[in-house]
Amino acid sequence: MELIIFLILLALGYGFGKWAESRHYSRIHRREGETARQPALTMEKVPHARPVAEVWVAQGSAVIAVDYYKKFLSSIRMFFGGEMHSYASLIDRARREALLRMKESATEADLFLNTRLETACIVGRSGKMVGSIEVLAYATAIRYEAGAQTAA
Amino acid sequence: MVDFKHLDTGGIVLTNVETVPGRQIQHVYGLVQGSTIRAKHVGRDLMAGLKNIFGGELKGYTELLQESRNQATVRMLDQARELGANAVVNVRFTTSSVAQGASEILAYGTAVTLA
Repeated sequence: MELIIFLILLALGYGFGKWAESRHYSRIHRREGETARQPALTMEKVPHARPVAEVWVAQGSAVIAVDYYKKFLSSIRMFFGGEMHSYASLIDRARREALLRMKESATEADLFLNTRLETACIVGRSGKMVGSIEVLAYATAIRYEAGAQTAA
Repeated sequence: MVDFKHLDTGGIVLTNVETVPGRQIQHVYGLVQGSTIRAKHVGRDLMAGLKNIFGGELKGYTELLQESRNQATVRMLDQARELGANAVVNVRFTTSSVAQGASEILAYGTAVTLA
């Protein structure tokens, strides 16, 4: 009986996880194209010699849960050691989603300076291994004075 | 959906770089900080339990943490205002899990006045 429940959970996790992942990735790709004109940079200085009109801190975040199938794969991985590919795609999605939310919250920004990405592990009340992962993206949003030309 | 639009800072400029691009720093006051510890309620934890089978985003948690982050930022801004600063530079955010089911959010930065 327990084995059957386990297999059902595994199948559900695999099915829904795969489905959600492919849908999420297609959304991410589309939105990354839409926000490509607002680059997120990791440097601290404004790269163009243009007058700055407005400066503020923009942020975006996402909390993503690990599905049952990935959790199962990871428990095998934790026995043998090695790279955990199943989690890599999950954190990659969370990170890109957080970054996109940051950009989408500041549509009037021309670029983002000093972009930081932070990953934190959120432990549930039950305290079982990896519960969910929060990724926070934040940066200094810069809006240039309108009409001023780039004098690089 | 979670609203990430920049919150009302009451005229205080926030940046996470060491300067305010386009402005000059006149006076440096020092560190200001704000923090909050939030616990998730059981209902949200139940939802998270389900999501741990199917995978996907935990919108409730995203919202909760973002609210807490805004709260921490507001507390940091209050400190800066008390000092008479009109900007906080080099702002950092950290999240840590202090107990099972509770996380602490900290925001800190350097309070300055701009010329």
